[in-house]
Amino acid sequence: MDLESLLPTLLGLAWLLPLASFAVILFAGPRLGNHGKGAAGVATAAIVGSFVLSLFAFVSWVAQHPVRAVAHEDHGGAHAAADPSHGSGDHATTSHATAAGHEAGHDTGHGDAVHAGSPVHYSGDWYTLYEGGRLKLSIGWYIDALTVLMFVMITFIATCIHVYASGYMHDELHDITDHEVHLADGSHLHRPGRFHRFFQALSLFCFSMLGIVIAGNLAMVFIFWELVGICSWFLIGFYYERKNASNAANKAFIVNRIGDFGMLIGLMALWGALGTLHFADSTGPDGHARPGLFSLVRPPVAGHAQWVPDGMVKFAAEEKVGAVLRSHADDPRAGVEQVEAKVEDWRDEGYGRWLLLVAGLGIFCGCIGKSAQFPLFVWLPDAMEGPTPVSALVHSATMVAAGVYLVGRFYPVLTPDALLVIAYVGAITLFIAATIALVANDIKRVLAYSTVSQLGYMMLALGVGGWLAGLFHLVTHAFFKSLLFLCSGSVIHACHTNDMRKMGGLAKVMPWTSGTMLVGCLAIIGAGVPFLDIGLSGYYSKDSILAQALLFARENPSHSILFYAVAGGAMLTAFYMFRLWFMTFAGHPRDHHVHDHAHESPPVMVYPLVALSILAVVAGWTLPGGLGIANMIEQARPAGTGGTELGGLLFSAFTVPAEHASHAHDIHVTASLTAFATAATGVLLAALMYVWGVIPPATVAAAVKPLSTFLANRWYFDEIYRFLFVLPVLGISQLVSGTDKGIIDRFIEGLAWGAKQVAGFDAWLDRTLIDGLVNGTASATYSVGLELKKLQTGQLRQYVMFIALGTVAIFVLAGLLFRSSFAG
Amino acid sequence: MMNVSVAASILPPGLPLPVGFGMIPLFAANPFTEPVGVIHYLIVGAVLFTAGIACMTLKRNALGILMGIELVLNGANINFVAFSSSYLRAEGAPTLGLDGQVVALFVILLAAAEAAVALAITLNFYNNHATVDVDRADDLKG
Repeated sequence: MDLESLLPTLLGLAWLLPLASFAVILFAGPRLGNHGKGAAGVATAAIVGSFVLSLFAFVSWVAQHPVRAVAHEDHGGAHAAADPSHGSGDHATTSHATAAGHEAGHDTGHGDAVHAGSPVHYSGDWYTLYEGGRLKLSIGWYIDALTVLMFVMITFIATCIHVYASGYMHDELHDITDHEVHLADGSHLHRPGRFHRFFQALSLFCFSMLGIVIAGNLAMVFIFWELVGICSWFLIGFYYERKNASNAANKAFIVNRIGDFGMLIGLMALWGALGTLHFADSTGPDGHARPGLFSLVRPPVAGHAQWVPDGMVKFAAEEKVGAVLRSHADDPRAGVEQVEAKVEDWRDEGYGRWLLLVAGLGIFCGCIGKSAQFPLFVWLPDAMEGPTPVSALVHSATMVAAGVYLVGRFYPVLTPDALLVIAYVGAITLFIAATIALVANDIKRVLAYSTVSQLGYMMLALGVGGWLAGLFHLVTHAFFKSLLFLCSGSVIHACHTNDMRKMGGLAKVMPWTSGTMLVGCLAIIGAGVPFLDIGLSGYYSKDSILAQALLFARENPSHSILFYAVAGGAMLTAFYMFRLWFMTFAGHPRDHHVHDHAHESPPVMVYPLVALSILAVVAGWTLPGGLGIANMIEQARPAGTGGTELGGLLFSAFTVPAEHASHAHDIHVTASLTAFATAATGVLLAALMYVWGVIPPATVAAAVKPLSTFLANRWYFDEIYRFLFVLPVLGISQLVSGTDKGIIDRFIEGLAWGAKQVAGFDAWLDRTLIDGLVNGTASATYSVGLELKKLQTGQLRQYVMFIALGTVAIFVLAGLLFRSSFAG
Repeated sequence: MMNVSVAASILPPGLPLPVGFGMIPLFAANPFTEPVGVIHYLIVGAVLFTAGIACMTLKRNALGILMGIELVLNGANINFVAFSSSYLRAEGAPTLGLDGQVVALFVILLAAAEAAVALAITLNFYNNHATVDVDRADDLKG
């Protein structure tokens, strides 16, 4: 079985297994084992199966397409200037062959061609939902190295979290008294456990998330995008009786809808102008090749350099197209040819550039919502109301990373200006979130803001041209952030509180948790040795982000604030992460009640921690020979990206530098040293404040009281949004409901009153006149009948007498009346 | 109603047709002085009929009433037979001249059937009321 058919089968099965588990739990839920305990087994078995299949796909991928280091030094500067004509002939055939499904001998000589040619990918459709005209909606696959890697990453983390959750959620196996819900009579809510429901939603989530990753077109991405959204809503609102939880779930859902509105605009721009939402090229039913989005925007004939596709040019130059067609009204065929001939000129004149920008930014809007970027990041911290395994899986490692993933997947279509917008959004997000995390006291909220901040990092990396850096950080971050969340869950499980001010000194009681969390903290701050170039996973990914940002800042001095944001963010990250660790595990217990009660978590929760911490350490490493996550992602680099790009539609002219240029020695060293210095400063500062007490935190807080209040109130974002959006909406809805109640309802009620009056009159008429008539007839008939009844005596002889007399009488009468007839 | 030509055919030829109310046309001539003709049969039938009616009206015994019915039916039979007399037949009419007799036979048959049913009813009535007095039977009272 070749890879062409093997991969869709393996990954398709891996994708559908959680759906099967969802269906089983949905229908058999509470009957699975004792109080639905078997649901955990079903869901875990499904996700383990997915993991094994993904791993198998991974191994077969690596066997067919050996992952090698990309030799930057050999190419040097010349390589950076992605020559548009490079390999155009060769790779045009390559991409076509790949799309058509002939992969034989493809990977030979692939190594150094990655940057210019189409990456190795397999695509196709399983099922066509709808096909009509130019539109085709289908459930299909687009599998490249990134897809395979994401599958392994997601299923691995999901497996860890399923195992962990089967321990963490065991309270739900029995009836629960929820002490956070106060009923009207002052008692607490008592409800049955919902163990199986948790795993049901978790399975659905895994299915949806894998669906986003495997999706072969944007419409399918959008479907599963919404599905993960609803799963997130289920899971945040798992304790829906708690007001906070249900509000947080609604907030997350509504805020995401705002982003998705932008995404819909992007989808419409693409579909309206290009008529396809498929990523890869495909073959239509008529046997003609149908170019996908990637080759439309970066066509092989142009050496995969980005241009505005014909469809968008014509769409934008609508008036000119109309004029040409009208001038050839007598010969439409010539008119169409004339239009085709002129497209090139119009493209040069700049038609359609805005449309392409809008399409890119529209899709990015969806990513802003899902990946909790400024200004829509407010939902993610609230989402921590959900159970901690959910925070670890959905709200840190996978779903919120889907936005970053989509930007990475959609990267070829994004124009340099869109990228710069993305970079700035990322920078603002990472800075705001990091500052809020400095003062948060809820252990999960610190991690939530840290997640927002790290997502900002990824976006920024993608925005400044670091496609690999951003996606690399996405993968490494998934490992250590899910680890951190699971550790925090373990702490919460032990302490029954989220408040770090009540913790402290837990390291002795919870050695495994504190140890693995330390690994997570070191990974997230990017701990490593700069000159030996060895460190934890975060070290590699963060360094490459920093290097790319530094390169960008050097190329475009006016945007050097992006680099400062990254560097400053790194310091803040180090500070708040170690503040968290020190406050929780180091020093003396602050609350003895909590401390005495604390205990190490059961093995079923500790094993996933250990597994994830190992990954958090090694995920960034590259094995001798080049096998490593970064090189594997590099295999999937979209055709034509990674070169220098010029932008200047929204901003004054700027350059998006080529990514390999950031591997240049001086940049690399400067970035490493900056990263090390900022991280070390952050850790040192945290230690000074929270371990050695040299600088008491209270003093600092008092010294900058306005600032700390400002941060503690999360920059007043919720208040601002409340004032700007929520209150006006409430006001308008009150106005509308007032209109409805005061005017429309009154009018309707008036109509109803009138109808009632008329009906009353009708009823009166009916009862008196018509009923009287009918009843009168009836009673008259009845009384006549009563009278006539008396004649019916039942006396036989009387009857005979009557008959005889009657006959005689008739004859007599006839004789009298018809005398003339006898007279003849 | 009987029309003139029928009345003329019933009466012996040569008799003037009776005129005016008060004179029963059939008894215009004295039957006792006439030779026996159709009219005499009709008179016997009428007597039987009237006797039957009187019997039905006056008898309280159900069996008596049944007898009255037989009288009525036989009175009618006599009329049928009388009217099929060859005197009353047109010249050369294509008929066997047995119409009245056939109908009379039918009536006898009917009377037998009717008597069977009526006796059954009477027997039942007796079983229920231990009498055959029809005045005691007013179950049909409305």
